[in-house]
Amino acid sequence: MNAAPASPVYRIPDPLPLDSGQTLEGCEIAYETYGTLAEDKGNAVLVCHALTGDQYLASPHPITGKPGWWERMVGPGKPIDTDRHFVICANVIGSCMGSTGPASLAADGQPYAMRFPVITIRDMVRGLVALLDGLGIAKLHAVVGGSMGGMQALSLAANWPERAARVLVIASTARHSAQNIAFHEVGRQAIMADPAWAGGDYYALDAKPDNGLAVARMAAHITYLSEAGLTEKFGRRLQDRAAKGFGFDAEFQVESYLRYQGSGFTRRFDANSYLYITRAMDYFDIAEEHGGKLADAFAGTEARFCIVSFDTDWLYPTAESRHIVHALNAAGAKVSFVELAAPHGHDSFLLEHDQLDRVVKGFVE
Amino acid sequence: MTLRPDLAAIAAHVAPGSRVLDIGCGDGALMAELETASGCDARGMELDGALVERCVARGLSVVQGDANCDLADYPDKAFDYAILSQTLQTATRPDLILDELLRVGRRAFVSFPNFAHWRTRAALMFGGRMPVTRALPVSWYETENIHHVTVEDFRDLAKMKGATIERAWFFANEKQIGAPAANWRAEFAVFELSR
Repeated sequence: MNAAPASPVYRIPDPLPLDSGQTLEGCEIAYETYGTLAEDKGNAVLVCHALTGDQYLASPHPITGKPGWWERMVGPGKPIDTDRHFVICANVIGSCMGSTGPASLAADGQPYAMRFPVITIRDMVRGLVALLDGLGIAKLHAVVGGSMGGMQALSLAANWPERAARVLVIASTARHSAQNIAFHEVGRQAIMADPAWAGGDYYALDAKPDNGLAVARMAAHITYLSEAGLTEKFGRRLQDRAAKGFGFDAEFQVESYLRYQGSGFTRRFDANSYLYITRAMDYFDIAEEHGGKLADAFAGTEARFCIVSFDTDWLYPTAESRHIVHALNAAGAKVSFVELAAPHGHDSFLLEHDQLDRVVKGFVE
Repeated sequence: MTLRPDLAAIAAHVAPGSRVLDIGCGDGALMAELETASGCDARGMELDGALVERCVARGLSVVQGDANCDLADYPDKAFDYAILSQTLQTATRPDLILDELLRVGRRAFVSFPNFAHWRTRAALMFGGRMPVTRALPVSWYETENIHHVTVEDFRDLAKMKGATIERAWFFANEKQIGAPAANWRAEFAVFELSR
């Protein structure tokens, strides 16, 4: 996008083949690393980011200035300990923080916009595997991810089983449900209904489809929180007023909060990237890629798996994690599974949670 | 680390290098022993999330699940041994669990408190109240033991299920005792079954 992230960028030497049958030429992957790669290159941990995440895992975000998105989990002496492990986090293709996406320039010197090929989670992982090749890392000590990051971890385990010894999947799923797709479609339609979207060709224009993107973020943000969490945080309390105003300002605190989340998001994210990445998630169904049977996706795997869900996560509920565990058991894989209690729904994986810390530490060590 | 006597008996009789499923694995003490001392590939199932967390934190492969329904996840004969320690008497349907044990494992170890131990009998006979004993320390209204079973009951169930009792061990006062009159003398029993 317009930002100039300071991350190192790896240019994939060969054209990247995509599930759609197309290829991506000159594909670039922006990434950050933490810790030191051991001489035998055996201590690498790949952390995969979620839909609107990026490579700024444990270092400040260059646009918002906020701390890394998982700084409480990754760092010296933290559950994913950078004193022991070499931790890699890369921006997925299709995104907008330095890796090739719809805002990147195509061969003709113009932004791809909607000419960017539709990608899948497996394509994102193909890009990550190319980066690992570039870094000379044959086998990861662990691949870790929450939400869409968990999908990438599962996809890596299913399609490149020799590339990771441990696979940690948090608050995720092996397929997008009708409800998941439905919420994403609301977001995409909000973006495309914004006149400033201009068929995706807004990069040279003054106005960006910020209104549409903000609404998309607002709708999605609701799915990341639990009803009880929202009630506890906002209830029916009014924002900066003593009585209802009989108008359509953000009168309720929850409205004000969502508007703030929405507008803040437009400062750091590209609307077209949001379209492409949500589409990739909607296409995600590992079983479908493997003849319809999820267990077949993991047949013969020697990796150890750990699957974690949260009891209040209604976006990717525990039943979806159990579905993965069932398949891994059927495949004879070494799998651990725990459902953690947390009040905050899907977003719990990003928040303070001592039990999660202990599970991650114990599994990744 | 010292294992509970019933677990120690099981650990001593699992063939090295076996694939093992420990159902109701608790904090993973038996699994850890089997992995480190016998080179087994041990998997666990445990209902209590806090215990699962402790197992995962010590590097064990444990799934949070309910033995009453989640054993259906596993293919037939996926394990050399299926172990059910001190859990049979808490199951909704112990007979169905036994079927599942013998389906997923080539052999099964089952340990349980013997409700026909003389202390229990005496407490019921002379006290006229549901026994609270060394082996069964919790009152009737809060115990997790909903299907009290005796050594002889278990032998009958095994027979009814067409299972062969390969071996059995009996314990009283934390020590192994002989088989004679086990139904009177044993506080705990461990059976190894096949089918």
